[in-house]
Amino acid sequence: MTSTAEKAAGPVLSVRDLRAYYQMRYFGVQREVRAVDGITLDVNRNEIYGLAGESSCGKTSFIKAIAGANRPPLNIVSGSVRYSFLDSEIFRLSQEELSAVRWRHLSYIMQGSMNVLNPVRRVRQSFIDFAQRHIKVPKADFFNVVAAHLQRLHLSPDVLRAYPHELSGGMRQRVTIALATICRPEFIIADEPTTALDVVVQKGVLKMIREVQQEMGSSILFVTHDMAVHANMADRLGIMYAGRLVEEAPTSELFAKPLHPYTAHLIQSLPRIGDVSPKKALGGAPPNLSQPPPGCRFHPRCPLAMDICRRENPSLTVLAPKHRVACFAASPEVRPSAPDDAGRNSVPLRQSARSYAS
Amino acid sequence: MSELLAVEGVTKTYSMGGLFGRGAFPAVDDVGFTIAAGRPEIFTIVGESGSGKTTLSRMILGLVPPSAGTIRFRGEDVTGLRGGRARMAFMAAMQPIFQNPFEAFNPLKRVDRYLLMTARRFRGAKSGRQAEETADAALRKVGLSYAEVQGRFPHELSGGQLQRTAIARALIPGPALLIADEPVSMVDASLRMSIVELFKSLRDDLRVSIIYITHDLATAYYISDRIIIMQKGRVVEAGSARSVLDDPQHPYSILLKESILSPEVTGRLSVEPDPEPPRRARRYPTPQEAPG
Repeated sequence: MTSTAEKAAGPVLSVRDLRAYYQMRYFGVQREVRAVDGITLDVNRNEIYGLAGESSCGKTSFIKAIAGANRPPLNIVSGSVRYSFLDSEIFRLSQEELSAVRWRHLSYIMQGSMNVLNPVRRVRQSFIDFAQRHIKVPKADFFNVVAAHLQRLHLSPDVLRAYPHELSGGMRQRVTIALATICRPEFIIADEPTTALDVVVQKGVLKMIREVQQEMGSSILFVTHDMAVHANMADRLGIMYAGRLVEEAPTSELFAKPLHPYTAHLIQSLPRIGDVSPKKALGGAPPNLSQPPPGCRFHPRCPLAMDICRRENPSLTVLAPKHRVACFAASPEVRPSAPDDAGRNSVPLRQSARSYAS
Repeated sequence: MSELLAVEGVTKTYSMGGLFGRGAFPAVDDVGFTIAAGRPEIFTIVGESGSGKTTLSRMILGLVPPSAGTIRFRGEDVTGLRGGRARMAFMAAMQPIFQNPFEAFNPLKRVDRYLLMTARRFRGAKSGRQAEETADAALRKVGLSYAEVQGRFPHELSGGQLQRTAIARALIPGPALLIADEPVSMVDASLRMSIVELFKSLRDDLRVSIIYITHDLATAYYISDRIIIMQKGRVVEAGSARSVLDDPQHPYSILLKESILSPEVTGRLSVEPDPEPPRRARRYPTPQEAPG
């Protein structure tokens, strides 16, 4: 579509078998919470990749791991995270290298815009804090760049003079989007950007994210639990359950024919205006990740659970073009994956950012 | 038939400003509706944030006195309750359910303690055993059992389980009216519909009326009998839920309905500018324009 898309066809982000565990030791007892357990995915150029999953399924840990923002006790145990704009794994970078990459190439739209903007400083100060060192223009010209960018996003440059509390919730979220996109990064992580907004404002903010993404040709990893938002935003959609990716497909295909029973349930239980047919609720609760059930982690709640599901973990298998599923009931082609501990390093790759930098 | 709850011309104004001039900000402005006794229903209040939904619910619960108008519960003014006995009787008949179950329960107390305390105070349970039986009966109405929550701290239960426990606690006194303020917005997607279904069964099987406060029109359509749509403290549209949401009349209701993201629209959200006012026009208020 754009010239950037033609330059390199490869994915912007490729994650291979990423495992990030919370490793804790209390009174000599080792505890491990497998928040991200063997995730493999690619995010292509000029694409919005939607990641859906309920709370405590490992979404945030996954984001921390791929942004190189994990701190102990969250350690990356194995796997690889490669960006097209980086030569090495992101978790091998020093703090200085990371801060040169962050915001310039890899930026982040956060959920609570209230907590992002410093409440005691005007919005223009936040732009100086976040972006000035990445934009190589004299200070006098910096605000021309910022004002031009705000205008492109249909925001009045007046917002620069405002304090965050003078702006409405939707306006604050627009300002954080402007902040995240000012350096025209290749990759943007959006973590529940509209969850705190109400419906009327939400639609406007989503449109703005879509507009700015199309204009810059960047890729967005869009994380939310709201399937209706995903239906309207994502080009491709990955469904996470209990630390694992269970299904991935282009959005329209995923909604038309979901193959994993969890995805099917999420889609069929969406309430719609004009529909009052009774909805089936799923029994049970998401598993505790420090003691996940053996085999497929969804089997205690699954209506299709078979014997093999209790013993083996299904591997994420390509069943149709661009459609990957991890469910034995979906197709006999789905094979058990290798045992959990295969390919796992004995030493965590990155114990802490600080010890690595020193 | 008598009325269970009658809200008449209720207004709540908060004063704004300080030393230099004061202004009045109407959070709720002349709202009225009634809920009939003996005919349980789910009555939904929909509106954006800041539309006065929560202020209205707090006034109905008697936590905030209205500036004007009256709220009568079973014929008695809720602000005129005097004495412990009258207040206990009122609280037994009207119970709240809050938005975030993780904030509603003290994280350092076991959840069964709330159930047992409610059983002792409202149902006069004399022994621990009696209180546990009362708690168990209430938990069974919401699809849990006392064994599942006994000795558990809030963090040990899932959001759905904890919200069910909150509903079970509200059911122990045997209320006629539940006030649920955004009860599903903090609950996970796979558990949300089970809570919504539970409200339906409370209405049909236990004959409890529910005031359901939400901004989610899709679940509102799914469970409510009657609906009012609020904007800036005023009721802009009211009526039967199906007819209001199938064919909204007020411009704000139409905007609200259009803003719902339909899961059917798989694919890209249209980025063409809306026919509505352009976004450019939506400026933040300067101090001169700010109300008050």
